[in-house]
Amino acid sequence: MTSIPMTQSSAAETSEVEGPFLQVEDLKVTFPTEDGPITAVSGLSYSVEKGKTLGIVGESGSGKSVSSMAVMGLHDAKSARISGSIRVGGTEVVGLGESRMRALRGNSMAMIFQDALAALHPFYKIGAQLEEAYLVHHSSASKRDARRKAIEMLDRVGIPQPDRRVDDFPHQFSGGMRQRAMIAMGLINDPSLLIADEPTTALDVTVQAQILDLLQDLQREFNSAVIIITHDLGVIAEMADDVLVMYAGRCVEYGSTKEILVAPEMPYTWGLLSSVPDVTASTDARLIPIPGNPPSLLRPPTGCPFHPRCVHSDKVPGDLCRTTLPELLPATSGPAHLKRCHLADPLKVYRTEVLPEIAPDLVEETR
Amino acid sequence: MTQDPNAETQVQPTEVGANAAEAGERQLTAEASDAYGTHEVGIDNLDFAAVAEHGHAASELDPDAPAVLTVDNLKMYFPVKSSGVVRRTIGHVQAVDGISFEVPKGGSIGLVGESGCGKSTTGRLITRLYKPTGGSMMFADQDLAKLSNSEMKPLRRDVQMIFQDPYTSLNPRHTVGTIVGAPLEVHKIVPKNKVLPRVQELLEVVGLNPEHYNRYPNEFSGGQRQRIGIARALTLNPKLLVADEPVSALDVSIQAQVINLLQDIQAEFEVAFLFIAHDLAIVRHFCPEIAVMYLGKIVEIGDRDTIYNHPHHPYTQALLSAVPDVKQAAVGGRRERIRLEGDVPSPINPPSGCRFRTRCQFAQEICAKVEPPLLQIGKRHKAACHFAGELGAHPATPVTTQLLGVDDQGSPVPGATPTNTQLTIPGYEKTWYDLKTKQTTGA
Repeated sequence: MTSIPMTQSSAAETSEVEGPFLQVEDLKVTFPTEDGPITAVSGLSYSVEKGKTLGIVGESGSGKSVSSMAVMGLHDAKSARISGSIRVGGTEVVGLGESRMRALRGNSMAMIFQDALAALHPFYKIGAQLEEAYLVHHSSASKRDARRKAIEMLDRVGIPQPDRRVDDFPHQFSGGMRQRAMIAMGLINDPSLLIADEPTTALDVTVQAQILDLLQDLQREFNSAVIIITHDLGVIAEMADDVLVMYAGRCVEYGSTKEILVAPEMPYTWGLLSSVPDVTASTDARLIPIPGNPPSLLRPPTGCPFHPRCVHSDKVPGDLCRTTLPELLPATSGPAHLKRCHLADPLKVYRTEVLPEIAPDLVEETR
Repeated sequence: MTQDPNAETQVQPTEVGANAAEAGERQLTAEASDAYGTHEVGIDNLDFAAVAEHGHAASELDPDAPAVLTVDNLKMYFPVKSSGVVRRTIGHVQAVDGISFEVPKGGSIGLVGESGCGKSTTGRLITRLYKPTGGSMMFADQDLAKLSNSEMKPLRRDVQMIFQDPYTSLNPRHTVGTIVGAPLEVHKIVPKNKVLPRVQELLEVVGLNPEHYNRYPNEFSGGQRQRIGIARALTLNPKLLVADEPVSALDVSIQAQVINLLQDIQAEFEVAFLFIAHDLAIVRHFCPEIAVMYLGKIVEIGDRDTIYNHPHHPYTQALLSAVPDVKQAAVGGRRERIRLEGDVPSPINPPSGCRFRTRCQFAQEICAKVEPPLLQIGKRHKAACHFAGELGAHPATPVTTQLLGVDDQGSPVPGATPTNTQLTIPGYEKTWYDLKTKQTTGA
């Protein structure tokens, strides 16, 4: 594999700043509809440093894709109301004009979508689509440079015979190769922030492992900040440094991957952990679903948005869960682990009640 | 609405589960009870202990169950036509190429593999949505592979299918009542005025409100739609359900609800399942017995413990090592894995000998020359590999040479007679080939 000459670094355009590369504060995204406004994301704050990976988990409709599309500036300004602050490499993105946004998008930040076949244009050759992404941000580059760069990138993401495959159409690629081509397109301008929206959901486990390996290798090489959106907690466990759990448009738990998956303090996270079986778990482990369905964002539940499905709200005194939205407060384990729950000692509930049912083999270890 | 999720369901197994195919006429109860939604965890009753009680542990294997379906050397070749006016057949996609297995009565067998390995085709062959090219599928003393469509019709009651995508498998212009009741009208089992009560009863069984029979599919969520698909499959009291990726289109929290529902149904009505999925963790939970497919062949088949803890085929080992593990969070970083390079080869022109050899790190000369037989190497364990062994303990010389009458390079040994006696049966023999001693041993 050839190494890519770092001729035009995108870091020059977005001046080096102290602290996290991406900083989202109090983000709120509202879509006006005929039935009234839908608040898809509210009060969301997180940050990602260069070289780190943030995993965002949640069910469909929890706002995980909406929030990252806001970061990319992909919402139509006419139909989406965005408030709060999103700073990418020191540049405020909320309210940024389309022309300046375009200079950032695809250059210092890029996105990989779930369905590679739908995200690639069926009518143009893979090479032409890669070249376009390069030429848009490198006006001085010639077509020949762009083609060389496209072949280099295809080689870098592990596509065999890149000089020949560059002239293929998307339908001639297999699912895994398409995903690789899209990663190549996302990384062609060495972005400092890469958002991967369910990058492996449609792929087989063996291909998924290849793509995740590739993402990790590339992250190490380019030192980029990565946001990986997925519902697969296994992927989160192996890829992410920090995890953000979203429910009904809000962050309900946020912390390091180890904290969230080993000592979660929010019943929704427990539900997610208990509703997926594990290939190495004891066969006595029960599969406990989260009752009910995700709420409608048109009429979100009062108080804690999870209370209608929460099986632990009886342990909270009074009507607190139904009436008051819990603050995002530090958990018992430390200030870096935030949770949104009224339970007094959630970790104790998790260890004594939930864990024995979902992972009987783990109970002894954690005590 | 008050309900106890633990309450015994009002639908008695004798009423719905008894299969009256032999009796000619089915007695289907018409009483719709008011305690609906017994399988859906009640929203009003949010007590963790009760909800947990409702969740199921992994299904267990009944080793003595008789086979309800015996698949022997099943083949499906799709012709590849040339372009032009005269469309000659220029090749075949060998989607399923000689697979054999048994589905135990009231049990379940899982079929896993990468996309394109032929697992969905197998499901469609068993439901006879395709007519197989060769082989047999014995079900209730009849060979499903050889029946004509009209002879097949009465048997379709007993073999039903649950589809992957609940959004495309339900007709958007039919009400739920029409969708679920359609099999009853097709098979003319109950008089017209008895169809609705039966539909309502089924909606109850799958945890939907029976009063919603006149709604359209678009009024339901993904999980609820999949329940409608399950209700439709249950309408005729099948003995065998082919579930083709029944939960992969659903959200994680909903997946668990549907898996628990399928386990309830299996326990209540003694339905056997052929469970097709690519999610190895779900299959492990639902199926006590698993077959791993690669490019149209079963490469390894065995009980849960063997396949997941002591896999002997390099492909199974690679597949398992690729599954991301939640428990890895406690350690941090990625797990060591066996990297499989490249993609699955084309089934039009599969590799000679062992089909996995092009991606296998243990492949040697013999693998290209001789196809490894699906050899029984344990009490309930078969693997098709010349170098079958646990991870890190693959033998240096082929284990199959004596049986196949070949030398270590795969060339035939003059005068040697292959002993192929136990290589092709669908079930398990009492004796098997011991890898250490290279002798046939028994329990």
